[in-house]
Amino acid sequence: MDVIMEGLRERTADGFSRPMPRLRVEGLRLSAGSGTSAVRILHDVNFSVKRGELFTVLGPSGSGKSTLLRCLNRLVEPDAGTVLLDGAPASELPVQELRRRVGMVFQTAALFDGTVLDNVLYGPRLQRCGRFGPEGLAGRPPRPGETERAVALLARVGLPTDFVARKAQDLSGGEAQRVAIARALANDPEILLLDEPTSALDPTANLRIQGLLKNLAAQGDLTFVFVTHDLNQARDLGDHGLLLVDGHVVDAGPLPDFLDRPLVEVTRAFVEGRFSGEAEDASPVALAPRGSADDLPGGGSL
Amino acid sequence: MTAAEPFGFTSLATALVLVAVALLLGWWQRLDVERDIGFACVRAFVQLMAIGYVIHFILRTDRQIYVILTIAAMLMFAIITSARRARGLPGAWTLAAASIGAASLVTLGVMLALGIIPAGARYVIPIGGMIIGNCMNVASVTAVRLLQDAGDRRLQIEAGLALGASPHQSTSAIARRSVQLALVPVIDATKTTGLVFLPGAMTGMILAGADPLQAVRLQVVVMFMLLAAVALTATIISYLAPGRLFTPQLQLRRLEG
Repeated sequence: MDVIMEGLRERTADGFSRPMPRLRVEGLRLSAGSGTSAVRILHDVNFSVKRGELFTVLGPSGSGKSTLLRCLNRLVEPDAGTVLLDGAPASELPVQELRRRVGMVFQTAALFDGTVLDNVLYGPRLQRCGRFGPEGLAGRPPRPGETERAVALLARVGLPTDFVARKAQDLSGGEAQRVAIARALANDPEILLLDEPTSALDPTANLRIQGLLKNLAAQGDLTFVFVTHDLNQARDLGDHGLLLVDGHVVDAGPLPDFLDRPLVEVTRAFVEGRFSGEAEDASPVALAPRGSADDLPGGGSL
Repeated sequence: MTAAEPFGFTSLATALVLVAVALLLGWWQRLDVERDIGFACVRAFVQLMAIGYVIHFILRTDRQIYVILTIAAMLMFAIITSARRARGLPGAWTLAAASIGAASLVTLGVMLALGIIPAGARYVIPIGGMIIGNCMNVASVTAVRLLQDAGDRRLQIEAGLALGASPHQSTSAIARRSVQLALVPVIDATKTTGLVFLPGAMTGMILAGADPLQAVRLQVVVMFMLLAAVALTATIISYLAPGRLFTPQLQLRRLEG
């Protein structure tokens, strides 16, 4: 399947062909509320992410980053716009299949009751346990092969073998977040969405998880979309990224360049910590200076 | 001790002393429940007097249509009460009607079909009332708890969804817990019956001068019947409710408890 996917190409507006992006977002819009009290959360968001890339969505809190991320696995339904997976509209996939292909790690680990093994194997067990769900299996002895599978997943996130039998509630924040990452990897997703996965952790755990993500990104062709408000994290981890302010994509490009040499005032303000968060800063003026869409290296097209 | 007739209007009026105690305590401790207590007492008096006359009338005429109408009215009030409790749950009315209606009618039907109770109004109305009332309580507790847990455990539910779980799969843990919780009072009452308190039906029969052994046999039947009825109610809710917490695209709705 990999070979075929590598071969997928799309035609650009001017007739050239280029590799099909793993993920493309076109014209995503979302409002909350209705009628006159409706608030725009996302205004016409466009970007694409190459296969194997770690794409960073940066922005101040309340800018709509998390909501944008949740539109990608349809935990939130956008009002308009398209999410394309390998060029095919995600909205045409059965939601449950989409979510198996596009995994997600949240700000807090949100582990289920039961052991680490029960958590890690939640996704794979969904197929066989009917409406009572994998949580109904918690505490039962694992089937042959399940322990080995869990151990292998834990190894990928840097946790030792004996963690399989630990109670999820007994883990530290950093350990729990590793288990949450292993749980998402168990479904063998193509894309992993990360919603500020380290923001609830202490600085040491934060750095370790950051290191783990770097390792995972280096390992293979898993594609990441990573939401953060942390500039250093974005610089350290991201291949490409965008800056989201009040639901507008105000800047985008390769990392760390687009943060180190900001071309637009909003980015400069954000990088220098002068960002006021007021609405006038968020007007979509800022888009022009970085050239046309196809000039953006790595498919960070706008 | 006066020699008044037991439970005549004189003893009823005298019992108002007890209400006064509750009112006084409420006022003294500023519990702000005096209005509620007063209102509840008036309602209890009016409603019970009314049903007393209704049952009196039905027993005299002994026509089945009146029995059916009475049970229907009881069901209606139970459904309204329970649906109001679970207002935040989308489709609360359907849920209350399906769970209370199906569970009560099935239980009552089985009791009649198997000849556990005779078909007369004297049996069907009080037993039906017991069943419907218990189903109502259990339906409310199950639904309210489910709604509350869906809010409290939003993160876990969404984590499940994000892994590809269905609505039932992602809420199975909270559904189970809400059913367990709703059944606790009935199970505990069944366990401790006779040790801690003498249940209503039995008490009533003994007070009315019946043979205590017969009263006990009735009570055992009542306990078993209530277990079946409430288990049915809670199961129906836990089966139907999870689907209503989600949009068609399997997104957890924002719910207001």
